[in-house]
Amino acid sequence: MTAILRTTGLTKTFGAVTAANALDVSVEAGSVVGLIGGNGAGKTTFINLVTGYLKPTSGRVHFDGLDITGQPPRLITRLGLCRSFQIPQVFDSLTAYENLLVGIGIVSMGRKAFIGSALGRQSPETVAEEMLQRFRLGAYRDQLASTLPEGVRKLLDIAMALAVKPRILLLDEPTSGVSADEKFTLMDLVLEAIRAENVTVLFVEHDMEVVRRYVHRILAFYEGRIIADGEPAAVMAHPDVRRYVVGEPVAGGEDAC
Amino acid sequence: MTSSRRTVQGLALALLAAGVAAPFLPRWAGFLVTIAIAKALVALGLLLLMRTGLVSFGQGLYFAIGAYSAGIGADTLKITDAVPMVLLGAFAAGLVALALGTLLARYRTIFFAMLSLAFSMILYGLLVKSSALGSTDGFNVSARTVFGLDPHGPVGRFGVYGLAALVAFLGAVGVDRYLRTHLGRLAPAIKDNELRVEYMGASVRNVVHLHLVMAAVLAGAGGALTALAVGHVDPETAYWTTSGEFVFVAILSGTSSVAAPFAGALILELLRSFAYEHAPNTWQLVMGGVMLSVILFLPEGLWSVFRRRRRSAP
Amino acid sequence: MSTLIAIAVDGIIYASWLFIIATGLTIVYGVMRILNMAHGSLYALGAYAAASLAGAWLQAGYPPMGSYVVLVASALLVGLVVGPLIERGLLRFCYGRDEVVLVLVTYALFLILEDLMKLVWGVEAWFVSEPYGLLGNVEFGPLSYPVYSAVMVVAAVVVGVGLRWGIYGTRQGKLLVAVIHDREVSAALGINVNRIYLVTFALGTTLAALGGALTAPTVSVVPGMGVETIVLAFAVVVIGGLGSMPGAAIGSLIVGLVRSSAVHLLPQVELFSIYLVMALVLAFRPRGLFVAVEARKI
Repeated sequence: MTAILRTTGLTKTFGAVTAANALDVSVEAGSVVGLIGGNGAGKTTFINLVTGYLKPTSGRVHFDGLDITGQPPRLITRLGLCRSFQIPQVFDSLTAYENLLVGIGIVSMGRKAFIGSALGRQSPETVAEEMLQRFRLGAYRDQLASTLPEGVRKLLDIAMALAVKPRILLLDEPTSGVSADEKFTLMDLVLEAIRAENVTVLFVEHDMEVVRRYVHRILAFYEGRIIADGEPAAVMAHPDVRRYVVGEPVAGGEDAC
Repeated sequence: MTSSRRTVQGLALALLAAGVAAPFLPRWAGFLVTIAIAKALVALGLLLLMRTGLVSFGQGLYFAIGAYSAGIGADTLKITDAVPMVLLGAFAAGLVALALGTLLARYRTIFFAMLSLAFSMILYGLLVKSSALGSTDGFNVSARTVFGLDPHGPVGRFGVYGLAALVAFLGAVGVDRYLRTHLGRLAPAIKDNELRVEYMGASVRNVVHLHLVMAAVLAGAGGALTALAVGHVDPETAYWTTSGEFVFVAILSGTSSVAAPFAGALILELLRSFAYEHAPNTWQLVMGGVMLSVILFLPEGLWSVFRRRRRSAP
Repeated sequence: MSTLIAIAVDGIIYASWLFIIATGLTIVYGVMRILNMAHGSLYALGAYAAASLAGAWLQAGYPPMGSYVVLVASALLVGLVVGPLIERGLLRFCYGRDEVVLVLVTYALFLILEDLMKLVWGVEAWFVSEPYGLLGNVEFGPLSYPVYSAVMVVAAVVVGVGLRWGIYGTRQGKLLVAVIHDREVSAALGINVNRIYLVTFALGTTLAALGGALTAPTVSVVPGMGVETIVLAFAVVVIGGLGSMPGAAIGSLIVGLVRSSAVHLLPQVELFSIYLVMALVLAFRPRGLFVAVEARKI
């Protein structure tokens, strides 16, 4: 099966700092992949490179066979590769409903430009209402985004990424800033919302419980490199991952996690 | 934040009334209304830009282009009717914005303000040194007919005033409708978070460029109307203080409704003629004081007072 | 050949005048993030104050050489009185708001100051030309220059050197640089940011007023003399890079030389050549020639 997302030798240097070092990643369609690693390990840089926010120093990115290296975010989004942000990027002076309507409006303007643009016969307003319901944001419909609680802003951010009907969704720390008991609720909601559309999901996560629950595969980052790549159990047991990401077991034999 | 249908209808009625009443008003009143409408058109363009997050300190550029185009149209192209003169002014301004916008659309905040100011001062410099265009004295402009009608005849007495009211109506309704389209809705989105807009698949630069052209067309129309009403053009129209005045009207009125600039400009013109007569050396003092008060206490402009009272009704 | 010398000398004199004014503008922006549209009015205020005080001095029959001191003293007076008045009385209520909003606030201030000057000094022109002619002329071959022009150049050099020493050599100055780099962190470290703002604005006002005071003997002091000055100052600081002192120096030189070249070679383009250069610089270096690095957003 051809990978829906493939990076080869993806590298990004800022002067003396190598934020991403020859990253080779291959993701199959429909899979759910977790990206783990400490702060500054290169996870967000990876997302920034793939989505076009940063231009790689070297290496290439392929989306479903198409070379998208160096393309701007605007075009990559239109091809069907979207992301959410660590700090939710929403339109503060607009209501939750209006936020979604902006995104859907953009989709409806460029019908031909969006592959798989599936608005069909529904009006943008209807689609916006429906997304509000799907993400349980109905109660916040007419509230300004700036007044929403952090977890709701996160949801809105993700909902907006989905509004453009992506085939790949990159989530940057979707549960950070959300209270522990709500993390699962949020992830359940997001994955449920996209279940029907066979969307490939990659998400950055620090909470190992969350990672373990949802992913088929983990990519572990450290200092710009991928130090482990495979099934969750294998990656978690990997010595480098234990040393740099997850943590060693406490002396006495008990698992720290 | 967007104006209700009733406000736009109210504006339409007011403009209709202004247009119809014009021949019955004393000459100074009709003149004043025309000048106010012309300034309001420029401020309307600023409203669009400010909703997109940009403050231009150089709309005088397009205002002057509109004014001078009307004049050149009359002198060189031998246009005698006011309508093509206004169209020419608006078109010429739009064309220049189309060109300059390729550069301007990349700038934001202060740099955008400064670059737009620089462009208007470039035109000022050119006009002042251009003897063909009368340099600092400028030259006279007049139209012999409006809509093909003789301005001294029974129907034609509506003249430039009526034309101004019509242009204002079209401009206001046009901008209002536009802001409700999917494209127009990108304005506040761009103002809030350009990154997000790009990540949703739209080109911020293209939308900004479009808005620059739209604002220029409005300013150009305003300039041409002013030239016809005053009967004269001069380089002062491109000077930075003229641009500042337009910004003043926009701030005073607020950006919440397309009707606001018209109300604001009218109030301003009324105050100005009063002030010139009684206290010519304190006019700017008052303007500055009012502007400060609005910025500090009524950040959405005077119109927000009107809106607050209406909001209390269900 | 003499044209080249004329261009160079005229350019340097003009650049000196610009530098004194533009430096104040750029420092205020660098520290407080305020692009002060009223800076030109403060320049005019300095000119009026100088015309009044130096005029009174000379009228009273005091030694004419003392009038130069009076000129500088007037600038200091304006800077130390009006500057803090504006900062404490108006600006301090606007900190934290959008940069463009602050520009609009200073624009309103410009409108107010222009009329205040008309109310205080009237609309007739004021003159205080004695200091200008007092020092006589100097010959550069076929060209003759008033020695007073050298005063402007010397003043610019003193200002430049003085500021450089003051900002990079003294403790107070280093605090200023810290605030330029990061207001929040500076405050968190215990720097009295409010006091720095007050000092900075007073300094900026003094410099603008100094430019005006030194100009007063060479022109007729009239209402509106700050209106054209402010846009020239904008051109300089935008070309040089907002907040950069070396930028103000380079920008002044560029604008000064461009203008004097235009005046001598192609007078028709004199007015717009400066703004053309400004637009060109912005086109290729969107933030001016000397810029600070920007941090990552996401």
